[in-house]
Amino acid sequence: MTPANIRYTKTHEWVRVESNATGAKIATVGITAFALQALTDLVFIGLPEVGRAVKAGEPFGEVESVKAVSDLYSPVDGQVVEVNAAVADDLEHLVRDPYGFGWFVKIAVSDESGLGQLLDEAAYQKQCEEELSE
Amino acid sequence: MHATSIARPPLKTPLYDWHLAHGGRLIEFGGWLMPVQYTSIIEEHRATRSAVGLTDISHMGRLRFEGPGAAVFLAELLTRRVADMVLNQIRYSLVTNDQGGILDDVLVGYYHNAYGQPFYMVVVNASNHAKIKTWVERHLPPERAERPGEEILFSDVSRLWAMLAIQGPRSVDLLQPLVDVDLTSMKYYKGAQVRILHPGAQRQGGIISRTGYTGEDGFELSIGSDVAPAIWAALLEAGKSLGAVPVGLGARDTLRLEAGMPLYGHELAEEIDPFEAGLEFAAHLTGYDFPGRDALVRLGQQPRRRTRVGLELPGRRIARQGAVIFHGQEAVGAVTSGTFAPTLQKSIAMGYVRPELSAPGTELSIDVRGRVEPARVVQLPFYRRLSKGS
Repeated sequence: MTPANIRYTKTHEWVRVESNATGAKIATVGITAFALQALTDLVFIGLPEVGRAVKAGEPFGEVESVKAVSDLYSPVDGQVVEVNAAVADDLEHLVRDPYGFGWFVKIAVSDESGLGQLLDEAAYQKQCEEELSE
Repeated sequence: MHATSIARPPLKTPLYDWHLAHGGRLIEFGGWLMPVQYTSIIEEHRATRSAVGLTDISHMGRLRFEGPGAAVFLAELLTRRVADMVLNQIRYSLVTNDQGGILDDVLVGYYHNAYGQPFYMVVVNASNHAKIKTWVERHLPPERAERPGEEILFSDVSRLWAMLAIQGPRSVDLLQPLVDVDLTSMKYYKGAQVRILHPGAQRQGGIISRTGYTGEDGFELSIGSDVAPAIWAALLEAGKSLGAVPVGLGARDTLRLEAGMPLYGHELAEEIDPFEAGLEFAAHLTGYDFPGRDALVRLGQQPRRRTRVGLELPGRRIARQGAVIFHGQEAVGAVTSGTFAPTLQKSIAMGYVRPELSAPGTELSIDVRGRVEPARVVQLPFYRRLSKGS
């Protein structure tokens, strides 16, 4: 089940942008159920430290399965303000609940101009269907 | 890995349609479209260790040699003795080039056909199939094949026969009802010609051997391509109560890695000799003269350049093929295969290092995608099953 108001990257990260108490935009980022289904057999999630600056489209971590290792790409420009340490220790829980328990990082968004380029639910579903039919 | 220079559409095994219809994720491997997994690699791996797994290995090349000259011809082609093999015996052997480099690793089996005439079956890697076929033909010109009294008939029967691996502690239970020989008394590295006792086999015969590539007890079964889909489906149906599952090449790789078995294109290559690979047991240097024998005699007297080792990493990241191995600041080798071992729950790898660094317990490190991870040399195999009887 995918929650409302999330957006997607072409590289299968999901992102939910919310305003915090001070009005700053905070992006919560994870990977999608489709990506987890394609990877299977996760063995390791490598996440950045709090304070790390990230740029949209650039790697901020890695997800490794028995088959292969893939970079995680940031959907936004900003700075990592929180890391979900629990997710790396419970990969089965991540697979069961990628949009809740399974979030990876929260990023304080420094530039909102890129948000418009993210995919909405319909566009992302279309991309997944295309990848499956390849 | 690189693509072959001549683009050819990948081949399909007799079970291709079954794989597609049952969720097999197909990849190209050795020129064939093969299922890498059906569900999860780890689940398929565990089912093989605890119950029984079935794998389509019809991509393996099967080369058949018969006639009065076959034994000596193979003895002069393979690194292992052949001429002294007894009926239904199987041996692991290498094929080496003139420099002693490994062209392939193979299984050679010695059987009699329905008329009591001897023949040999050599099972080669899919990725080396064309190369070894060319190598055989180069050493088997008509004047050799037709020498009176020493005739040799060479045929590639790969497409005529499907091949199934049935691996795991319940493999005897699963297979026994299907064949007319007693499997419990069949020893490791022995085989037999059998009748397939299933109506779908249409009274055809097959070859079964107690061999495998998983570190478990198990068998490999060759049956006619035309009846293979019916037999495969019947085995999976009969195996439901035993916990039998189809197993893709992904788990086949993690299983063989835990068992410390080399894979061509990873641990084995033309640039590597049997001593470096730890396979000197398969090089018999005092019998028949085969390509590479003189080179191997020389190499055996020289210090080795490198040695195959097992490596264990304390973290969960996987050191994959090509990752550079360090001793202190110095690069001393490279990883050839790595995985997160499902049974052992450890990150393991095989690779080559300088011989003086190959002793178990040696502390090394590996550059895993730009970050250096500690690694320790450990004894191979990583996993050994608790032996039960045979």
